[in-house]
Amino acid sequence: MSAHPLVRVDGLMKRFGTAAPVFADVHFRIEEGEFVCLIGHSGCGKTTILNVLAGLDEASDGTVLFADRELDGPSLDRAVIFQGHALLPWLDVESNVAFAVRSRWPRWSAQQVLGHVAHQLDVVGLRHAAKKKPSALSGGMRQRVGIARALAIQPRMLLMDEPFSALDALTRGTLQDEVARLCAETSQTVFMITHDVDEALLLADRIFLMTNGPDARIAEIVVNTIPGPRRRQDVHHHPAYPALRNHLLDFLIERSRGFDAGATNYDPKNPPEIRLVA
Amino acid sequence: MTRSLGVRAAALSLLIFVLFIAGWYLATRGGPGVATVDPAYAKLVGAAAAGGGKSAMPGPDVVAATLAKHLADPFFDRGPNDKGVGIQLLYSIGRVFLGFGLAMLVAIPLGFVIGLSPLMSKALDPFIQVLKPISPLAWMPLALYTIKDSAASSIFVIFVCSLWPMLLNTAFGVATVRREWLNVARTLECKPLRKAFRVVLPAAAPTILTGMRISIGIAWLVIVAAEMLVGGTGIGYFVWNEWNNLSIANVVVAILLIGLIGMALDQGLAFAQRKVSWVE
Ligand SMILES: Nc1ncnc2c1ncn2[C@@H]1O[C@H](COP(=O)(O)OP(=O)(O)OP(=O)(O)O)[C@@H](O)[C@H]1O
Ligand SMILES: [Mg+2]
Repeated sequence: MSAHPLVRVDGLMKRFGTAAPVFADVHFRIEEGEFVCLIGHSGCGKTTILNVLAGLDEASDGTVLFADRELDGPSLDRAVIFQGHALLPWLDVESNVAFAVRSRWPRWSAQQVLGHVAHQLDVVGLRHAAKKKPSALSGGMRQRVGIARALAIQPRMLLMDEPFSALDALTRGTLQDEVARLCAETSQTVFMITHDVDEALLLADRIFLMTNGPDARIAEIVVNTIPGPRRRQDVHHHPAYPALRNHLLDFLIERSRGFDAGATNYDPKNPPEIRLVA
Repeated sequence: MTRSLGVRAAALSLLIFVLFIAGWYLATRGGPGVATVDPAYAKLVGAAAAGGGKSAMPGPDVVAATLAKHLADPFFDRGPNDKGVGIQLLYSIGRVFLGFGLAMLVAIPLGFVIGLSPLMSKALDPFIQVLKPISPLAWMPLALYTIKDSAASSIFVIFVCSLWPMLLNTAFGVATVRREWLNVARTLECKPLRKAFRVVLPAAAPTILTGMRISIGIAWLVIVAAEMLVGGTGIGYFVWNEWNNLSIANVVVAILLIGLIGMALDQGLAFAQRKVSWVE
């Protein structure tokens, strides 16, 4: 672990009103260029953590350092891919991406902006749909536009909230491959929420496992011992895959319930790091 | 099939129109058999109508002739009580546009403020609730007293009646912009004005246009009444004046034109609404 990780979260806690905290005592670091997945059951506070990292929400307690600086609201450094794609429906695909590009580089000429947009649409294979409105696109194409919009501003970090959960299995697979390729090419730092164990093992370098809410914690951090580049067609043949997958599933089914944060061998500042090899 | 549905609907419309005109013609044709009019009424409507054995209600042929006469020379101006119907309509349309435009300038920015600020929304709510149900014509005496000008007073009345639907629809449209889109603007570090014009305005535009459409409809209803009240110029005054002249054919022509202009105003905004609407 480096002394200066890109993201450093300490003692994060969030409560709504006077109820029990949704999660508490959350500590983690994300290194530059790392792909991290967060897995946990519904309602444990994953989206809330992502929104805090994005600067869209504020934690009740704790600190978030981004590039050694305290987080202060949303920033172009951190692009968000929303679960519901969140494209602006009155703009066509090109203008949706251009809107982000103009925000990032306000002084660029129209020609520069359109050139950059065209390149980004090429990257996600959507050049032909540039003049279409989001309503005329399939779910997978919309999510691609969302990815193009996020990558277009060249963020230091990409935040994704279950980006593929609304898609059919086939489309999801293709998009997972594309995201894996794009992020590996540019060593993009990514924080992604998912419910899908296979998706996490394909994409993530490390997987944070969250216990059930309320008062959820990061129970353990699983290191993906399958070396990159991982591809969908062969990742599940790797000898370490069954052990990793079983470990994650066992956590979701069994250990995420009734987790004892007071156990003597559990240190929330350093959750156990699990390295499984075949 | 939609095409054949359209064709059949048009044919039916035409049939209804022809039947209506025919019925109208037969009902007003009069003749010896129906010449027995109530003498008091005959006196009231004038010797021509009573003596000629004709009903006072003009038939479609008379109205059509009157309409043709008006359309042939709509813009003549022979003094305060004798102006072409075109001039009178232009007066009314001008007042509606002025009052409506002023209301837009107030209602849309204010609606933005109310929609964006829950505090302002709560603070202004009691005033809006009380002012909204007041008939715009109830303001007329107050306007005449303070402005001391009949034309400006009718514009003020149009302003008042156009204000509320636009204000409330703008506020509603702005307040219900999807949180996700605002978050997109936030993560892109959009400046407040850019966010207002590039995200909130287009998102709320269809709702705002709905308010404008309601407003222009009400304004067109109210201008006729307002001009009847204050007199001078305008299509409302024209109708009242022709009633005093007992020229029912002119009244019918004016009613027809009021309907057509009202439809055109509504269709214009409906077109604008289609231009700014979006599907998710
Ligand atoms: N604005 C709010 N007011 C009150 N409670 C809230 C609010 N937002 C979230 N919560 C609560 O916080 C908890 C965590 O919500 P969050 O959306 O972060 O869960 P999640 O882990 O992302 O779940 P999912 O997997 O279903 O998306 C939930 O129990 C939810 O009810
Ligand atoms: Mg969530």
